[in-house]
Amino acid sequence: MNTKITIKPVRWVQKNLFNTPYNTVLTILCVWVLWNILSSLFSWLSQSEWAVISENLRLFLVGRFPESQLWRMGAIALIPILIASTLVVRRSQAWNFVLIPLGLASITWLANGGFGLPLIRSSLWGGLFLTLFAAAISTALAFPLGLLLALGRRSELPVIRGISTIYIELVRGLPLIGILFMAQVMLPLVVPFRLDRLLRAILGLTFFNAAYLAENIRSGLQSLPLGQSEAARSLGLNSIQTLRFIILPQALRLVIPAIVGQFISLFKDTSLLALFALFELTGIARSILSQPQFIGRNGEVYLFIGLIYWMFCFGLSQFSKRLEVRSS
Amino acid sequence: MTNTIETAENEIIENQPILIAHDVSKWFGKFQVLRNANLQVKAGEVVVIMGPSGSGKSTFIRTFNALEPYQEGRITIDGIPLTEDIQNIDQIRRDVGMVFQQFNLFPHLTVLENVTLAPIQVRKFTKPQANEIARQLLDRVGILEQAQKYPGKLSGGQQQRVAIARALAMEPKIMLFDEPTSSLDPEMVREVLDVMRSLAKSGMTMLVVTHEVGFAREVADRVVFMDAGQVIEDTTPAEFFTQPKEARSKLFLSQIL
Ligand SMILES: Nc1ncnc2c1ncn2[C@@H]1O[C@H](COP(=O)(O)OP(=O)(O)OP(=O)(O)O)[C@@H](O)[C@H]1O
Ligand SMILES: [Mg+2]
Repeated sequence: MNTKITIKPVRWVQKNLFNTPYNTVLTILCVWVLWNILSSLFSWLSQSEWAVISENLRLFLVGRFPESQLWRMGAIALIPILIASTLVVRRSQAWNFVLIPLGLASITWLANGGFGLPLIRSSLWGGLFLTLFAAAISTALAFPLGLLLALGRRSELPVIRGISTIYIELVRGLPLIGILFMAQVMLPLVVPFRLDRLLRAILGLTFFNAAYLAENIRSGLQSLPLGQSEAARSLGLNSIQTLRFIILPQALRLVIPAIVGQFISLFKDTSLLALFALFELTGIARSILSQPQFIGRNGEVYLFIGLIYWMFCFGLSQFSKRLEVRSS
Repeated sequence: MTNTIETAENEIIENQPILIAHDVSKWFGKFQVLRNANLQVKAGEVVVIMGPSGSGKSTFIRTFNALEPYQEGRITIDGIPLTEDIQNIDQIRRDVGMVFQQFNLFPHLTVLENVTLAPIQVRKFTKPQANEIARQLLDRVGILEQAQKYPGKLSGGQQQRVAIARALAMEPKIMLFDEPTSSLDPEMVREVLDVMRSLAKSGMTMLVVTHEVGFAREVADRVVFMDAGQVIEDTTPAEFFTQPKEARSKLFLSQIL
């Protein structure tokens, strides 16, 4: 028998929402709460003024970066695309070691200036650009550090293993905000030359992130069968060649999703930089809201930057899901 | 005159064992895996190692390319003493190829790249040179058509043949096989044994840990029987399978034959 189950809406409501006195009370309560939330949301929307967004759009995106120099942003955005496409076309590992440092150097040069380009102080940087810049640069710096720590923690030399383990466990036991404060306050004491406020913040993010990356990478290293390095060694590859051609390519591929996840949380964590007078998304939002003509527009502004954070994080997590599917 | 001297010298070299393991002992912690194990293999010989599970066969042959360190005794391979000296170990690993029970192919590299990696990185061949050698070897083991595939797409028998080609690409003087057919489905055992048989015919020095009695009878020059970390019998296959001397060999044969 093939009976089609059709549920009439009225019967469904009776059966599921009003079947017992208890459920009836619960349903009425829920409807009342929902009604209140929606109606206040609508009344807020009807009074909201989005001029605070449209008038400050440039501040939200690039901070106070001088208008005449905005082309440099475009160039900066191009660099990762260029690197990624070169790496896809030439599947050679050697290029990683040349292109990525080169890319980082040129991004820093374009953002900061010097060598013919007008200097732009980091206090003028801001908005989404600064958020992305801080997250990307500190991930790029944390990666080699994390890799060394992961290898160090598996080293046969007790001193190296000890140092790596202590570093990783110490940093993982501290809150990010504490590390950021330490970077602001303590780095100038140990480093002989003046470090920019932004650079100190980026280093703080880097030190924090490296410990977590190290643990991710270590789990990738550990999940490889021992037979892989045995086969490589039995072919006469030395330990560095084994690492470079056999172990790392496989281990890093395994941990790409974890690394993307790490980047997502770092991207959100950059909002803490607002506490150090840096004008990334959250910082610029606070500074806009402190202007007299925009006072009270908190809802609009935080909704807007929340949307930006969400779009990037959601996009990245979809991207990493696709990577996972493809690699399996 | 000179001619006879040269022949005499050649004969001495030819009769020199290419692999000498003398009183090798090894411990895993307190547990002694190898107890004064002895073995000599001449160039071109095929030696099959048999023995019950846990008797130390794998450990023994893995000491020959320094995958396992040993604590006592001495091992010499093609005149080079296998010590902790890194240079010696590097040289010995080039001279000794190994095929594993689990194939251990590199899953992120194509079949061709699996075979060319070591020639390019270790022997410093150019890519075209290495590709040429790899193609010849893949042809020899009958997998040339699969050169561009990744190992995961191949059957177990095919993977093991790639592993043999990969080891041969270093032009080793000795090949070690650790139960090369034990993790294969029965119908694939033959294709791998056929490759090993033709390798033996070509004059390769081979040390094979296996339970394949047919292969041992037909191909091996000698059968070495190990038990509890010792070599307790070292004889021809004919004698080993028909009139084993030791009680433990007899017991073992009664279980596998
Ligand atoms: N890494 C290790 N640490 C401690 N003990 C080990 C290790 N590897 C092997 N052993 C032990 O050493 C003994 C010999 O192992 P080995 O693998 O050499 O035996 P085998 O003769 O090859 O056995 P099988 O036929 O099962 O492969 C076994 O008792 C094993 O448990
Ligand atoms: Mg074994």
